[in-house]
Amino acid sequence: MIVDIWTVMRKELIEIFLQRGNTAGSRRGGWFSILLVLGIFGLVLPLQIGPEWFQRPQLLLFWAWVPLFLVSSVTTDTFAGERERHTLETLLASRLSDRAILFGKVAAAVVYGWGLSLLSVAVSVIAINIVYAHGQFLFYPLDVAALGVLLSLLASGLSATAGVLISLRASSARQAAQIMSVAIMVLLFVPVFGLQALPPGIRNQITNALNNSSFDNIALGAAVVLVILDGLLLLASLARFQRAKLILD
Amino acid sequence: MRDTPGVALDRNYYTGIATRDAWARPLTLYDNGTVTGAPWRALPGDPVSEFSIQTHELTRDFGAVRAVDHLTLDVPAGIIFGYLGPNGSGKTTTIRLLLGLLEPTSGQATVLGFDTKSQDQAVRERTGALLEYSGLYERLSAEENLDFYGRVWHMPAAERTARTKELLSHFELWDRRREGAGTWSRGMKQKLAVARAIFHRPKLIFLDEPSAGLDPVAAVALRDDLARLAAREGVTVFLTTHNLAEAEKLCGQVAVIRQGKLLAVGHPDELRARGGGPRVDVIGRGFSDELLARLRARPEVTSAEVNNGRLTLSLRDGAEAAPLVTELVTGGAQIEEVRRGQASLEDVFLTLMDEERRQ
Repeated sequence: MIVDIWTVMRKELIEIFLQRGNTAGSRRGGWFSILLVLGIFGLVLPLQIGPEWFQRPQLLLFWAWVPLFLVSSVTTDTFAGERERHTLETLLASRLSDRAILFGKVAAAVVYGWGLSLLSVAVSVIAINIVYAHGQFLFYPLDVAALGVLLSLLASGLSATAGVLISLRASSARQAAQIMSVAIMVLLFVPVFGLQALPPGIRNQITNALNNSSFDNIALGAAVVLVILDGLLLLASLARFQRAKLILD
Repeated sequence: MRDTPGVALDRNYYTGIATRDAWARPLTLYDNGTVTGAPWRALPGDPVSEFSIQTHELTRDFGAVRAVDHLTLDVPAGIIFGYLGPNGSGKTTTIRLLLGLLEPTSGQATVLGFDTKSQDQAVRERTGALLEYSGLYERLSAEENLDFYGRVWHMPAAERTARTKELLSHFELWDRRREGAGTWSRGMKQKLAVARAIFHRPKLIFLDEPSAGLDPVAAVALRDDLARLAAREGVTVFLTTHNLAEAEKLCGQVAVIRQGKLLAVGHPDELRARGGGPRVDVIGRGFSDELLARLRARPEVTSAEVNNGRLTLSLRDGAEAAPLVTELVTGGAQIEEVRRGQASLEDVFLTLMDEERRQ
C-alpha cells in the first residue's frame, strides 16, 4: 500500500507544482504563488523583525498557522476538484484501494504545506544570517525549533484531513474552499473571542496558567490536541470514503 | 506448470500463471490451461473461465427508478461485446456494477471469475476502463497521465516507458507527449484515454462510447485497434456505443437493452435475421398505391412500404427479387437502383425499441 500511497501523492504533487495550464500565464501562476509565500514568510517578515525572529518563541507558533492556509488551498481540490473535472470515477475504477487514494491525497497536502513552511523557515534563517549575523550563526533554540517543526507537521495534518473530509462531502471545489475558509476562520477566531467572552475569573486563570507554563509545555499540549484532531478527522474521512457515494454524489 | 506445458492451442484463454515479467511477451496457450507470456496481465490464482462476464438477475434501483432490471448475460472471453441501448437505458450503471463501483440491489455478477460485490478490488486489478468521460488529468502531460496509471498498476519503469512510446506512437500522439492534455482536442484526448485504458494490458476493457468525439478517420483507426486487440491478444472488450454501424462491424456479440431490461443478445447476424427475412430496397419513381397493393398481394412479399422515394419490400426466406422488379416495371415504375439485403442492426434496434415501447 505504501507504493500506492506514494503513487497518488506523487501525482498530486506534480499537479500542484508542475501543472501545465492552457496558457503560459496559468503555468507561471503556480510558481508565482509559491515564490510569494517564500518571499513574505521567508524574507519580508523575518527581515522586518531581525535577529529577534529567533528569540521570541511565540513567533514559532506562527509557523504552525502558515501551513493551515497553504494546505487548505490544495486539499479542497482533492476530491471535489477531481469530481468536477470528471477524473474521479476513472481513479476509483483503478486498482487503487480506498486507503491508498485517501492517504495519498492527505500526504500530498501535508508534504506541500509542511515542506513549504520549512522552506520558508530555511529561507528566513539564511536571510537573517546574511543581513544580521556578525560571525556567529543565528538560529532558534533547538527545543523550540524541534517543537516548531512538529507543530508545523501536525497543523499541516489538521488542515489536510479537514480539507479532504470537506472535499469528500462538497459538490464542487469552490464550495469546499468556501467551507474550508469558514472553518479556518472559526479555528482562528473562536479561541481569541471565546477567551474574551469568558467570565473574568476564568479568563484570568487561563491567562495565568499560560503565562506560568513554559513554551515547551504549551507546545506539547498543542501537539497532543492536534494529534487527536488529526486522527479523528482521518477516521471520519475514511468512514466517508465510499466509492458508490462518491460516484453518485 | 510453466515447466511442463502441454500442447499449444490456437485459442485465447486466460489463466493465472503469468508473472510480472510477462508484460510484453507473446501469448502461448496450452491444452492444460496454462498460458505463458500473456499479453495481458494475469495474476497468480486467477480463475479460468470461458466467460469474462456473467450476470444473473442483476438489478439496481435508484429510489423508485430501476436502472438495471434482472439482467442475465454471459460475455465470452476474447470478443468485442457491444452493449447497445438508448440514452438512460442503464448502460453506464451496468459498467459501474461490473466494476464493483456500485453494489447491486439484487442478483449477482462475476467478472473474470470474481464476484463484483465481494471481490471488487480483484475485478478492478484486472480490468481497464474508459468511462463516460475521458478521465484524463488535464494539468498533466500525456506521458505523465500514462505514467501515473502505469505506476498505479505497478508496471516496471522500463515497461512504462516502452508502453508509452508504443501507444502514443500508434495513436500519432508521440510528438506531443509533453504537452498538457488539457490543451488537446477532444479526439486527441479520447485517443489518449483509450491508450490509458489499455496501457496496463488488462484482460477485460470497458469502453463507454469510445469513438464519441472522434473524426471518422480516427474512429475507423480505433475500431481497427479494438478488433486487433480482441483477435490477437485475446482481450475482451465490453463496448457501449450509439453507433450501430460500428457495433455491427466490430462486435462478436451484441446485447440490446432498454430501461435496464435485456431485449436481445446474440451475434449481429443473428439479430439481423431476427429482424425478418431478406429485403429489397428500390429507389425510383411511380410507386402507385395500386402497384403497392399488387406487390403486397404476392405470397413472397410480407410488406411493401414507400418512404422518401424508396420502396422497401420485406420478403419471405428464399424469395427472389427479379420477378418483383419485373412487376414493378410492368406496373409503370421507373427504377434507378435495386439493392437486396437484410435488416441492418439499426433496423433491428429500432424494431426492438418500438416493440418494447408498445408492450
